[in-house]
Amino acid sequence: MMIKIEVNNRTFSVNRGDTILAALRNNGIQVPTLCSMSDLSPTGACRMCVVEVEGFESLVPACSFRVEEWMKIKTHSARVLQARKTNVELLLSSHPDDCLYCERNGNCELQKLAEDLHVRNRNIQGHKSSFKIDTSSPAIIRDPGKCILCGRCVRVCEEIAGVSTIDFERRGDRLMIATAMAEPLHFSSCIECGMCVVSCPTGALTDHAQFQELADSLDQVETTVTAQYTPEVPVSLAEEFGFKPGTDLKGIINNALRRIGFDYVFETACCGDMYIVEQASEFISRFMKKENLPLISSRCTAWVNYVETFQPALISHLTPVRSPHQLTGKLINTWFAQMKKIPANRIHNVLITNCIASKGEVNRREYAMNNSPDIDFVLTTRELARLIKLNGIDIQSLEAEPSDGPFHAVSSAGKLLAIAGGETEATLRTVYHEIAKKEMQESRQAKLRGNKSVREEMISTPKGDISVVAVSGLKNAIKLLEEVKDGKRTYDFIEVMVCPDGCVNGGGQSIPAREQSIKARVKTINELDKNEAIKAAHKNTAVAKIYQEFARGPRTDESKELFLTRFEARKVLR
Amino acid sequence: MHEGSNGFQKRDMEENRTEQIMRQFQHVNRDSLIPILQAMQDEFGYISDEVVEKIGEHLKLPASKVYGLASFYSQFTFTPRGKYHIRVCDGSACHIDRSASIVKELTKQLGIGDGETTRDGMFSLEVVACIGACGQSPVIAVNSDYYPKMKSGKIRELLEEIREKHR
Repeated sequence: MMIKIEVNNRTFSVNRGDTILAALRNNGIQVPTLCSMSDLSPTGACRMCVVEVEGFESLVPACSFRVEEWMKIKTHSARVLQARKTNVELLLSSHPDDCLYCERNGNCELQKLAEDLHVRNRNIQGHKSSFKIDTSSPAIIRDPGKCILCGRCVRVCEEIAGVSTIDFERRGDRLMIATAMAEPLHFSSCIECGMCVVSCPTGALTDHAQFQELADSLDQVETTVTAQYTPEVPVSLAEEFGFKPGTDLKGIINNALRRIGFDYVFETACCGDMYIVEQASEFISRFMKKENLPLISSRCTAWVNYVETFQPALISHLTPVRSPHQLTGKLINTWFAQMKKIPANRIHNVLITNCIASKGEVNRREYAMNNSPDIDFVLTTRELARLIKLNGIDIQSLEAEPSDGPFHAVSSAGKLLAIAGGETEATLRTVYHEIAKKEMQESRQAKLRGNKSVREEMISTPKGDISVVAVSGLKNAIKLLEEVKDGKRTYDFIEVMVCPDGCVNGGGQSIPAREQSIKARVKTINELDKNEAIKAAHKNTAVAKIYQEFARGPRTDESKELFLTRFEARKVLR
Repeated sequence: MHEGSNGFQKRDMEENRTEQIMRQFQHVNRDSLIPILQAMQDEFGYISDEVVEKIGEHLKLPASKVYGLASFYSQFTFTPRGKYHIRVCDGSACHIDRSASIVKELTKQLGIGDGETTRDGMFSLEVVACIGACGQSPVIAVNSDYYPKMKSGKIRELLEEIREKHR
């Protein structure tokens, strides 16, 4: 129902039940916010959105007040502006003055507010925090000194990730956001999904970058440096360089990476197909024996971290196959190295991905051979953007180039892995083909597309019906698994993506992450699948070649040695 | 071997005790969090990792939330207290009578700060709000013994006395 309110001496009709903030935004009136996040509960902590409401003695936080019929609101009166400015000055009073050296310089919400509200002097002197920087995690660096206690990270960790690794701790001027018992992040229950990093308005949470190490390897003449990028990267980079969100920059990335100095540029999506073939054969073997079902996908690194930390009983249900980028890394250091006659320890492999958890994953014991890791460095998509800028590459003027063999053949199944539901759809295509010995009539599974967080589907095969579900957003997955445990739902296959909408919305994407951008990325991937001639992983010629030349087919001793992995329970305070 | 098995026994006993304490509280929800924490602090003298985890499991709360709340209140400590727990009063009267110099001297003598425990587990130090003996300020308490009209010059002597007694 619509009601009328007066804002800045104009009348607007707004939805009854909306917050003042929502009502203002729907009518094109902008008030600044810091702690507010769409879809999450309002906390009213930062007081940036305060407005003047006639009849109220004090200013009112627009984010956590509902509109009422009689309201007369002023959003930018002198009193409101002064209050907002003072708020920013108070936040800055104990904030370090090192903007020039901060990773978020030029992309910081606090900096922008200070600019917008004309903060030109330090009027309030607070005492500088002496918090230590936490560099323990290979994925995320935490600098509590730059934290403004807006609590966005705490809320995404609780309400979207559902793990609640961090919370407000201590009080007064010692109040900080930290893990249980204030343990370093690496020894906490953190699953490294990085949603907190994307949600952080300042430089308090940033990537654990390895630019110097990477620069050193690129500089060594005797080292061959390869780059592989996951399928969400080419569609997630557009915003950084002024393209329309969702633009596919695949060929341009190949060109840019070669200019930066990478000797070979590979697409992870090729081994994405391989992962699907391996997973499909694992599934079929379990499905025929009705053993250890449901099979649960293990491609999402943060999901694996979650299972190992919180629900080790599920480990036997995980697909025991290396993730696509780890398959690529392994094959580069073995098959490719033999082919090119380069010793594996002279090859450095760099992974570029929207997934910040991969930065931790590459350190796992099982992903190294003779002390030479299968992947040496990980760059997030936003770090790639910085690397391109560092190298002075004008991406707008670059020609598209193909990626390098032997991983150049890619089906659209491998690319679907970038979006939630895509892995299930891709796996079904191959499973159906293996069981029915023919292709599915309709490759596109409408029920697995769309924007719901839980997507169910049932397909009929000659060997029986297969029921699958794809769930994204870890909190949704935790709830779904509870229902599976209680017997309220049964599935043969479950796909879990920790980040809502999948990797296109990963913890390593550009900041800020806008909803429309993520939708545009999903749309591009869907279109890639529609327009691609080869839609199934088992039809990928490169995968066929790998099996033929090197691994003798899925589930042979050779392929098990090369492609399988294992998981183990992790004991931390949770 | 012998020592090890004793260690295990002690741990098991502590675990049982934790469960016993938690069962005493009827309401298995967040409302019981502070009373349970208080009971644990009384029983063990501090809140350990294990206790935080057990309470979290019992009340279905993440460990970060249990610790987040407990760390708000100064009545909870997270390191084991020493055999002799020294509380220095920093209420208004003691504060004016230079309780700060007593804390400084204790820190110098023991090598520990507020909320810390000496390595040998003998002493722990806590600066507290008024302990209700303002007429005798400045006051410190060692376990349940109170020492009125304390001077920083008398600290060394006091600590030696305690060590002597303990020998």
